[in-house]
Amino acid sequence: MARIVLTHSACHRYTDGKAELESDAASIRALVRDLETRFPGLGRQVEESMAVAIDGVMYQDDLTAPIPEGAEVYLLPRIGGG
Amino acid sequence: MAPDGTPALKVVGTRPIRPDGVDKVTGRAQFGADFQLPGQLVGKVLRSPHAHARIRSIDISKAEAVPGVKAVMTAADMPEITSEEAFVGEGPADFKDMSGNTMARDKALYDGHAVAAVAATSAAAADAALAAIVVDYEVLPHVIEVEDAMVEGAPILHDDMFTSGVDPKPTKPSNVAKRMVFQLGDVDAAFEKADIVIERKYKTAPVHQGYIEPHACVAQYAADGQVQIYCSSQGQFMVRAYVAKLLGIDISEIRVTPLEIGGGFGGKTLVYLEPLAVVLSRKSGRPVKMAMTREEVFRGSGPTSGGTVWVKIGAKRDGTIIAGDAVLKFQAGAYAGSPVGPGCMTAFAVYDLQDVRITGYDVVTNRPKVAAYRAPGAPISNFGIESAVDELARELGMDPVELRLKNAAKKGTKAAYGPTFGDIGCVETLEAVKNHPNYQASLGPNQGRGVASGFWFNIGGESSATVNINEDGTAVVATGNPDIGGSRASMAMMAAEVLGIEVERVRPIVADTSSVGYCFLTGGSRVTFATGMAVVEASKSVVNELKARAAKIWDIPVEAVEWQDGEAVPAGSNAGDFEPLSLEDIAAKSGRTGGPIASTSSLNAQGAGPGFGTHVVDVEVDRETGHVKVLRYLATQDAGRAIHPSYVEGQIQGGAVQGIGWALNEEYIYDDKGRLENPGFLDYRIPVASDLPMIDTVVVEVPNPRHPYGARGVGEVPIVPPMAAMANAIQDAIGIRLTELPMSPPKVRKAVDEQAAAEE
Amino acid sequence: MAKHHISTTINGEPVEFLCSTEQTMLDVLRDELHLTGTKEGCATGDCGACSITVDGRLVCSCLMLGVEAEGHSVETIEGMADGDQLHPLQQKFLEYAALQCGICTPGFLIASKALLERNPDPTEEEARYWLAGNLCRCTGYDKIIRAVLDTAADMRGAS
Repeated sequence: MARIVLTHSACHRYTDGKAELESDAASIRALVRDLETRFPGLGRQVEESMAVAIDGVMYQDDLTAPIPEGAEVYLLPRIGGG
Repeated sequence: MAPDGTPALKVVGTRPIRPDGVDKVTGRAQFGADFQLPGQLVGKVLRSPHAHARIRSIDISKAEAVPGVKAVMTAADMPEITSEEAFVGEGPADFKDMSGNTMARDKALYDGHAVAAVAATSAAAADAALAAIVVDYEVLPHVIEVEDAMVEGAPILHDDMFTSGVDPKPTKPSNVAKRMVFQLGDVDAAFEKADIVIERKYKTAPVHQGYIEPHACVAQYAADGQVQIYCSSQGQFMVRAYVAKLLGIDISEIRVTPLEIGGGFGGKTLVYLEPLAVVLSRKSGRPVKMAMTREEVFRGSGPTSGGTVWVKIGAKRDGTIIAGDAVLKFQAGAYAGSPVGPGCMTAFAVYDLQDVRITGYDVVTNRPKVAAYRAPGAPISNFGIESAVDELARELGMDPVELRLKNAAKKGTKAAYGPTFGDIGCVETLEAVKNHPNYQASLGPNQGRGVASGFWFNIGGESSATVNINEDGTAVVATGNPDIGGSRASMAMMAAEVLGIEVERVRPIVADTSSVGYCFLTGGSRVTFATGMAVVEASKSVVNELKARAAKIWDIPVEAVEWQDGEAVPAGSNAGDFEPLSLEDIAAKSGRTGGPIASTSSLNAQGAGPGFGTHVVDVEVDRETGHVKVLRYLATQDAGRAIHPSYVEGQIQGGAVQGIGWALNEEYIYDDKGRLENPGFLDYRIPVASDLPMIDTVVVEVPNPRHPYGARGVGEVPIVPPMAAMANAIQDAIGIRLTELPMSPPKVRKAVDEQAAAEE
Repeated sequence: MAKHHISTTINGEPVEFLCSTEQTMLDVLRDELHLTGTKEGCATGDCGACSITVDGRLVCSCLMLGVEAEGHSVETIEGMADGDQLHPLQQKFLEYAALQCGICTPGFLIASKALLERNPDPTEEEARYWLAGNLCRCTGYDKIIRAVLDTAADMRGAS
């Protein structure tokens, strides 16, 4: 079980304002699927336009990253740069 | 061995001469405008003289009749893109908007918006053709300033733009593309507990990246549909992807050859001319060369957002910051997509702060669509937050470095944007300032000192590298990232380190899109980290192959071969049985031991290490003229591990000076018709050598555990703190808090006069 | 209108070219003679990327007409090194990492050489004011100024 935190209001419209969730997903791919099932649209949003921080390490465009048991996962907007 | 037990590095951390250096000091290097093809035409763009106008019609018949004119195009020659979104290149890109920005379709949305383009046999013929194009404009009311664009009744740029992120969903179109809120903890409750609250509104001006090389390209569309593009950009793969998308061409039909890039800073992460040149080439059957003038660069490309930053911070009497609230309103230019998101997330990231709320607005105005500029968004919010923190330090009577040390993010701190930080060097940059002689230097009358810290995430992403061992034991390293500031040197150094050979024996090249695997663009301070990682991985595979070849030559198991200092050495029970084989020896025999030795690595690098920096500046303010002179400047930054320290220092110095320009001089000046009045380097004044002292740097190294040598991105962070550091120094010098950028002589003078009037 | 036939000297070699009246020296160098080491950053004399010397005098080639080269001696970045022997300034710019993207570098080198020919022992302030007409957006000028001052010191020591 991982703790999923949504700090960004763009996520909240899918979760009815809920900012914290739990998920059994063991990878970002599984998380995307889990979120899409529970909150239609959110999984897609995460896959297409968000970064996922797992225990403080940022992942972008990487569905394969594992989510360890008890991990703290933040869903954030994608980061670019100059 | 280093003290911590890791093997000592021989190449990483040294300062070799860059491999492309001689080309660049002798004029041999080919930049965007230096390339040409036989029979090429000159392409030029007609731009809107209006800030906001409906295009009723465009008559190109007279232009087509001008002698020497071979093609004339408008948006009608480009596929109309519906509201499709896709994700290639730099972040989520809206290709409908990108297409519209490349060439206006129904409306011109800013002074300088492209409306038509021509290709002709000479520049004079092209100019005559531009003059002969008749555009029937219906001039519309326009809006330039972000807060004006947000009010009820403001001229609306896009009839189909409804603010997203508000409940209930709006029914009327608005210039506010998006509202977003980032929230952690309970901000209102936290403010209840605060002893001191600072609240203030700040404002920044949009500034241009100001690269010295204007955009330029040559495109050739062949009869079989094959497209060749030669251009300077921050990513040949970005150009390929965007041109393919905007023109509906298969990616396999496009080959983009990168030319040297004369500065980008984020401003060359987009296409402007390339799609037009391809269309003109298709219509004319000839190669087309296009280059912007400096005026076009200012009117038609970049800049970054200007915005307003309302800040409220709460602290305990002992200096512990306990609550942060901010509202950011960023203008995006003519199409949605300002960097307000990262502006929000970076706002309080320097601090260990659990109760935070940041609200952001992305707002369109009749200005050029913004492009990325170094740490996009962060410098704007940082100017507000770090100015307010300085006000807090004054209120508390605390040293600004001590206040920051008391609240600084460190390993294990939950970042103010959420995740828990791993190894970071925020505290180390503050300590470096404290221990530097600049921080103790004495100050005279009208002189003051300002401090500010800044943060940027840094990114990784997709990168490829190929390492080829030549038959004489030298190596070629090919990557797909344009070298803007010495990255060829870093790539060669990391390969040399792994291979155990001198860096001079490694030749790094920046390959075209058909000659190397995909690389995301050069930006986000990612190349040394991510592409460097691909180079290291490919080099390690090569070393494994070299060991395998040595094992074959010696007839021993590969496990019994070690690679030491560029040589295969028999180890274990075979130790000492054979003379070591050098890379040259193995390369010379490669044909007879299995063929050429080469390896490619393609990866998607994750876990870029966050970057922190602290700047301290001393200024002297001339109360008569309002001129602010920079006396001393110190920038400290965590680079994780400086691969080539000279180029790390260079990034820091360059970023700091761009920040000084942003602080003191740079701004877009519009007349009442929304026309840009200062589209040139005379009136848009970037810092020159005589404006500046030396820029002192201290590079601290808290290794990034995700990179083989510990590297972090360094290019973005240094532009984040300067504006607040300068404002804080001016306050220290003359006792006046300036809240609006640029802090140019007229504004400083006015503030001094107002202060004097108030004291009478 | 007929083009002008111009006879001049470029980097020590006699050169003849045809140009129209309105063509700048920068256009002639880049478009007619393919000497593209001289760069265009603004075409209005504000950035110094197109710096050349004419009879030893530092000028922005974008502010000079091609026809004005008649009978004069022009030096560009292509003539700065002596074969494969770099000029001390070029060498020092490399050692100091005084360039990042490199677009302004030819102009800075030409302007710095003109400075040292006039003033072999410039102060930092003199170097900064002399080079104030050359814009660099990458380096913050620090390493450029250091490279120029150190070259000056070396050249004084060598002479």
